[in-house]
Amino acid sequence: MIQTKEALAQVREEAKQTLGSYDCRILVCSGTGCIATGSEKIYEKFLEITKDAPGVVLEFAPHEQGAHVGVKKTGCQGICELGPLVRIQKGDQAIQYTKVQPEDCEEIFKCSVQGDEIVERLLYKQNDISYKKPEEIPFIAKQTRLVLENCGKFDAESLDEYIASGGFKALEKAMFEMTPDEIISEVDKSGLRGRGGGGFPAGRKWQQVARQKETVRYVVCNGDEGDPGAFMDGSVMEGDPYRLIEGMMIAAYAVKARDGYIYVRAEYPMSVKRLRHAIAELEERGLLGDNILGSDFSFHMHINRGAGAFVCGEGSALTASIEGNRGMPRVKPPRTVEKGLWEKPTVLNNVETYANVPKIVLNGADWYRGYGTEGSPGTKTFSLTGSIQNTGLIEVPMGTTLREIIFDIGGGLKGGAKFKAVQIGGPSGGCLTEEHLDVPLDFDSVKKYGAIVGSGGLVVMDEHTCMVEVARFFMSFTQRESCGKCVPCREGTKRMLEILEKIVAGKGELEDLDRLEELGEMVKNMALCGLGKSAPLPVLSTLRLFRHEYEEHIVDHKCRAKVCQAMKTYVIDPELCKGCSKCAKNCPVGAISGELKKPFVIDPKKCIHCGACKENCAFGAVSIED
Amino acid sequence: MLDQSYYRKVDEIIESYGRKSSSLIPIMQDIQEEYRYLPGELLTYVAGQIGITEAKAFSVATFYENFSFEAKGKYVIKVCDGTACHVRKSMPVLEALYKKLGLSKKKKTTDDMMFTVETVSCLGACGLAPTMMVNEDVYPRMTPEKAEEVIDKLRGGGDA
Amino acid sequence: MGVMTIDGRKVSFTNERNVLTIIRKAGIDIPTLCYNPELSIVGDCRLCTCEDDRGRMFATCSEEPRDGMVIFTNTARLRKYRKMIVELLLAAHHRDCTTCVRNGECSLQKLAKRFSVMEVGYDNYKEMHPLDMSSPSIVRDPNKCTLCGNCVRVCSELQGVGALDFAYRGAEAMVIPAFNKLLAETDCVNCGQCRVHCPTGAISIHHNRTEVWDVLYDPNVRVVAQVAPAVRVAIGKEFGFPNGESVMGKIVNALHRMGFDEVYDTTFSADLTIMEESAEFIDRISKGEKLPLLTSCCPAWVKFVKDQYPEFLDNVSTCRSPQGMMSAVVKEYYRDPVNNPDGRRTVMVSIMPCTAKKMEAKRPNSFTEGEQDTDYVLTTVELIDMIQTTGIDFANLDPESADVPFGFGSGGGVIFGVTGGVTEAVIRRLIPGHDKLTLQNIAECGVRQDGFIREFSVPYNGMDVKICVASGLAHARTILEQVKSGEKEYHLIEIMACRKGCIMGGGQPYTFGEDSKDARTAGIYRADSEAAIKKCNENPMITALYDGLLKGKEHKLLHNEGY
Repeated sequence: MIQTKEALAQVREEAKQTLGSYDCRILVCSGTGCIATGSEKIYEKFLEITKDAPGVVLEFAPHEQGAHVGVKKTGCQGICELGPLVRIQKGDQAIQYTKVQPEDCEEIFKCSVQGDEIVERLLYKQNDISYKKPEEIPFIAKQTRLVLENCGKFDAESLDEYIASGGFKALEKAMFEMTPDEIISEVDKSGLRGRGGGGFPAGRKWQQVARQKETVRYVVCNGDEGDPGAFMDGSVMEGDPYRLIEGMMIAAYAVKARDGYIYVRAEYPMSVKRLRHAIAELEERGLLGDNILGSDFSFHMHINRGAGAFVCGEGSALTASIEGNRGMPRVKPPRTVEKGLWEKPTVLNNVETYANVPKIVLNGADWYRGYGTEGSPGTKTFSLTGSIQNTGLIEVPMGTTLREIIFDIGGGLKGGAKFKAVQIGGPSGGCLTEEHLDVPLDFDSVKKYGAIVGSGGLVVMDEHTCMVEVARFFMSFTQRESCGKCVPCREGTKRMLEILEKIVAGKGELEDLDRLEELGEMVKNMALCGLGKSAPLPVLSTLRLFRHEYEEHIVDHKCRAKVCQAMKTYVIDPELCKGCSKCAKNCPVGAISGELKKPFVIDPKKCIHCGACKENCAFGAVSIED
Repeated sequence: MLDQSYYRKVDEIIESYGRKSSSLIPIMQDIQEEYRYLPGELLTYVAGQIGITEAKAFSVATFYENFSFEAKGKYVIKVCDGTACHVRKSMPVLEALYKKLGLSKKKKTTDDMMFTVETVSCLGACGLAPTMMVNEDVYPRMTPEKAEEVIDKLRGGGDA
Repeated sequence: MGVMTIDGRKVSFTNERNVLTIIRKAGIDIPTLCYNPELSIVGDCRLCTCEDDRGRMFATCSEEPRDGMVIFTNTARLRKYRKMIVELLLAAHHRDCTTCVRNGECSLQKLAKRFSVMEVGYDNYKEMHPLDMSSPSIVRDPNKCTLCGNCVRVCSELQGVGALDFAYRGAEAMVIPAFNKLLAETDCVNCGQCRVHCPTGAISIHHNRTEVWDVLYDPNVRVVAQVAPAVRVAIGKEFGFPNGESVMGKIVNALHRMGFDEVYDTTFSADLTIMEESAEFIDRISKGEKLPLLTSCCPAWVKFVKDQYPEFLDNVSTCRSPQGMMSAVVKEYYRDPVNNPDGRRTVMVSIMPCTAKKMEAKRPNSFTEGEQDTDYVLTTVELIDMIQTTGIDFANLDPESADVPFGFGSGGGVIFGVTGGVTEAVIRRLIPGHDKLTLQNIAECGVRQDGFIREFSVPYNGMDVKICVASGLAHARTILEQVKSGEKEYHLIEIMACRKGCIMGGGQPYTFGEDSKDARTAGIYRADSEAAIKKCNENPMITALYDGLLKGKEHKLLHNEGY
């Protein structure tokens, strides 16, 4: 039990010593991505090898002779695309291996764990250069990892390792060297802004809660990261759950809350598992519960799992859901800081915001302001996906340009394709194009271009992406996820989607574009909640930037990215056609005719663009005409 | 009519969360996990036990996508149609599964109660798009062919 | 407190609930479908959105008034957006307006006219759902629901029942009972308040006009009407009379013209009810049994007890309601061949402010000798429709008095129409004397005080009789919980399901705001003041009835065997 700060210091010393006593640690990435590519099996395999290796002791055991080798599961190591990822850590030195298969484990163990050699073929390669050290890989080297500091380096399920790495120092400082007001003012001075999308200053939020007359208060963490294409918060919850909890504890101490809730989206079972484990361990060891570190500060943590509703990422919908209601946003005022969870003053921040807090408290506001821009200090995590070389989780200082992210960190577009646009901020966000590549990514700059930083999803799109179809996709998402409470969002997004579907199906009219714009403006201005208000943004943004693509679909019946089925004209190459009649047999509408052993033809008037002929042609004679 | 064992199980679950209205969602989640669906009778029972109206319980249950009043298959396959997966062609994967299992948007569960096929917004493994999830396991970089293989393996009783 | 600028004019305000109220007070009828002063604020329809001098748009229903606000209520884009919202609602609405029950009185229809929505540019994407006709009181037509949620909030917030709720989400959202059950299979108490607050034809009265016309045209049927107290003060406004004015005499005349053979007054059987209920109360007090006595006049309340507080069923008075007593007595009267020389079948039609009375009429304990006592219940709204169908010039009818022998009631019977009326009539019966001062003292004992829950005590027979009067079932729930926990103790509890009593019943014409309630309440008390006799036991027709027809049949005709 850790009941005093002295006890905490002692645990830290011991844990550091233990950590330092390992001869080698095999760090297997256990982020959702790597688990999906089979990292569990890699972990098991390394365990087995280590256990059986002569002269090797699994885990640190002070009284046993031999090489002490630890096999650990870490949070996301970042380059999800190349999983399963494994790091071999000896002292300060690490080797990063990628795409590790069970059959590689033996070799890695022999060469890099027992020996000091490198398995070349498993290293990260870019432009024919192999990188050994993780910190030298351009993808990682160009990042600034504050929130993700521990992700990938430590055992995500070990409190000792967290404490050894300096964990709970910030809480200790907050509790014993600072008053609640000082904590709030430090967070305020740091300029930390909510990472969930809104960018509201966290310190001010805390201040407002601390000011309320009502003394029952809550600290709530929004871990309902629902934006498709975003997985930053999930990675933090999985990879460094203790940091999040420490941040929430500091917030609770500062605003005098006794209970904290983390709302995790249903699709993140791993996050729930790790958080539950962390909370149980903290309770067991006395760092959560009553009279923490011998003080009169008591704090209890609860986990609520989402049940499949994107809208619960909206603050008032989230608290409604914790209360056991439909997750529908409510009108404000009263605001969450006044009447949040169970109508009590509530601090509601997202995962990344809380995860920033320990470092701010520990190193001070000025240190934090050393990162990022004047208006948006600190770093921001992004999930980089889509048509990009290196997909994965990144963290960069606020104000980094898109160009740096896409081309330096992301390694450019996949297959050298031409950059077209990046969708930022998920379904509530907008698009940025070529001309915005040098815009600094921070809360205020991006807004000027009709997009938002949002929670940090970055989906890169190349010339093979149809912007009309992308708009349709996002609209179908928001429409499906609309809670149905207010008329503009419920009916407006429904009709916008109908129009987009019509255009994509080749049945659009030019007036539809005006109607789409009018509906979009109406929903943006009239919807009840932030999600509703932002639902039309992808459409409005693509209409502004890619109106010509919409017009092409409508006027020329052409989809330049060759994505929209209805725009495709299937033709049979008479040179290649053997006249086997298979296409005609497979055509559901009888649009193909011809004589056996002579080239067949497709009647474009009958064709429904289903592609069955192309799929079934053994000679590759069916193609899509430009 | 469900037999008594269901109610005993539900009593246990209710006990663990407490008889209060805020326990509704976790209770329903546990029931759904236990039986792979949420039997309507049990929802009515829970409503009575935690002191909310039946209409309210139904209202909450139908709001969230995860609850289903229909029994689901042994394997619940969720094809991710998040942005990254969509861009990397997740729909052909879904269609291949539909075709293979004789399912559709409307008919989601096979008659032998082995498979349920659904879509999901984002599984958070966008780096490996397109992905799908079978029960709690995420499958990376799917193709229509790979999806069919997974079905064959699951049918064979293996873990795929 | 402060001053704001609305469309360029300064408007001062005090403690108004929201900006919307101030705008309305400033003389601008800001549109809304979902805002109702009595209900919680949800901000669903967004029609009341306005913008301020910085171009910020916000729904005024949920906006707190602040000093110095500068608000514009009718800018170009607001007008455009409101029109679009109405168009979108119409597009998802089953628009059979000319044959809709709400035709001419529909809030959505009015908005469409107001914003000149001349075409709807979208097809209705909603699946057609069958109408739920299962309830004898209410018809639900999901195809006309705008999802404003008024009914949901009324049912849970005002009535504490929660039979309806939202289900599903987004464009698929609906308001339905759990598992889309039929309303008749739920805990719905049939009060009809959902219908009163519904802006469209999505919830309407299960009407019985056709059946009543059929019997009116049948020469072999004697059609007898009884008219409840609250009807007389609610019907006049439809025909140009001031709000709340009692027009009982004209109603009687109209009914006679429509072909009703006899028109009786439910105030008469209200007197009977007081006779019986007072006796029951005295009996229970003397024995100390089954207290508190719960009144039984309101069928919605009785169903509420049955569904949700069965442990209190024994406390409910065994007295039939005034509707039940009247019909039982009338039917019994015509069973005697002396009174029915031509051998016609008697059909009893009761005209009520209430939708739940339709349910009460079908309750198994509303039968005598195997015959349903009340054949049809018409609500005030249905009666208005029927009068309008005939073309009778209601406003210029000569008043007629109701028929004998059941057409005369005391003032105590009239005040059944408002909350506290039953109790006041009981007190009049218990306390001797009928002089002005005695009556005034009774009126001022607390029974007429403000508020939906009224607690007071009255001295009787050397004891303090503790009484609670409440209206609105949510309040009833509060009271029963307090009694259950022992926190409160009463001898008598009077509950009316509808707030303010039957005058605001679910079968009354649409009216909102305090004005109508106050006018109808005043109308009832005025009718009481004008009544020659104030106490039931002084009604000579009542005493004659006890000496005649009722002899030995009190229990059979005036009491229930249980609920």
